[in-house]
Amino acid sequence: MKEFEPRIIAFCCHYCALAAADVAGKMEFQFPPSVRVIRVLCTGKVEILHLLKALEAGADGVVVIGCKFGECYFREGNYRAQKKVERAKSLLEEVGIEQGRLRFDFVPGPGAKKFAAILSTMTEELKALGPNPLRS
Amino acid sequence: MIVGERKPFSEILSMVEGDSKILILGCGSCVTVCMAGGEEEVKILGSQLRMAFRRNGNNAEVTELVALRQCDDEYLEDTPLIEKVKDADIVISMACGVGVQHASTFFNRVIDDKTIRVVPALNTTFMGANIDVGEWHERCLGCGDCVLEKTGGICPITRCAKSLLNGPCGGSFNGKCEVNKDTDCAWHLIIERLEALGELDNLKKIEMYKDWRPSHSGGPRKTVREDMKI
Repeated sequence: MKEFEPRIIAFCCHYCALAAADVAGKMEFQFPPSVRVIRVLCTGKVEILHLLKALEAGADGVVVIGCKFGECYFREGNYRAQKKVERAKSLLEEVGIEQGRLRFDFVPGPGAKKFAAILSTMTEELKALGPNPLRS
Repeated sequence: MIVGERKPFSEILSMVEGDSKILILGCGSCVTVCMAGGEEEVKILGSQLRMAFRRNGNNAEVTELVALRQCDDEYLEDTPLIEKVKDADIVISMACGVGVQHASTFFNRVIDDKTIRVVPALNTTFMGANIDVGEWHERCLGCGDCVLEKTGGICPITRCAKSLLNGPCGGSFNGKCEVNKDTDCAWHLIIERLEALGELDNLKKIEMYKDWRPSHSGGPRKTVREDMKI
């Protein structure tokens, strides 16, 4: 049987995570191919509904990757994103979906290694959790 | 505006148990502004219900709609909306208590062939103002006999835990209320405001006991504008 490869939706800030993803590619840092990157101008623009809809549609995990605190291009977008992820986690808990399927993290623009590490760690954690129960 | 908070998901889920066609109806007025029952919240509840149903092997169908205002016939008289209501087993209203009751009465008046069940998804909490992003505070109790002209625009009926009319009680400490240290003492605020307005003399007039008959204590109230009626 084919090994379970978690499908991850990564909402990436244009100013940091996306740059990190680009550098990761150029430097050939490995991260799982099942990650789908969605560029956002700022993680503050990611709404709770986007996170829920991704899981409802069958993603195994969703991660929002923004700038380091204090370094957001729009000053507070990453703080807002972190709070939205926390709120979305509690909404997921209410319906019996594991909170571990949702994650907020940050990388600096040149943080290619950390970017790859976040996604690899999350992939391992999701493998332990198993597929999104909504897909079965 | 009217402020509400969403009920716990488990409570909403228990209301729709056994129903296979569920319509979530949001309200585009007060509860949209206080982020409790507008379009975004309707979609979030819809998403949560679909996920919970799928987890439990339930095939119930969830539809999402928003009426601009549920407390007014004018905004409910919409043929596609009425058709969707007719088709549903249950309507979860995300309006305040006024909207839930009005929508329920309206739908049952205009739909003849079945009785429409309308249930609330929110707890209506108070009439309040938007103090900060994501924060609302109670400002009016709707007592039916406004005294704000005497108190510098700060309501002692609503904002004083004891609704006192002639100054603070002995529990006012450093401008805070003894009932809750996070709450400003309304009378502390009133005195500061009257001082700034040069109207401190207002406090020399003794306010007699309040007539609560215009409030809800006199039973449900209604306002009629005869000049607007035909």
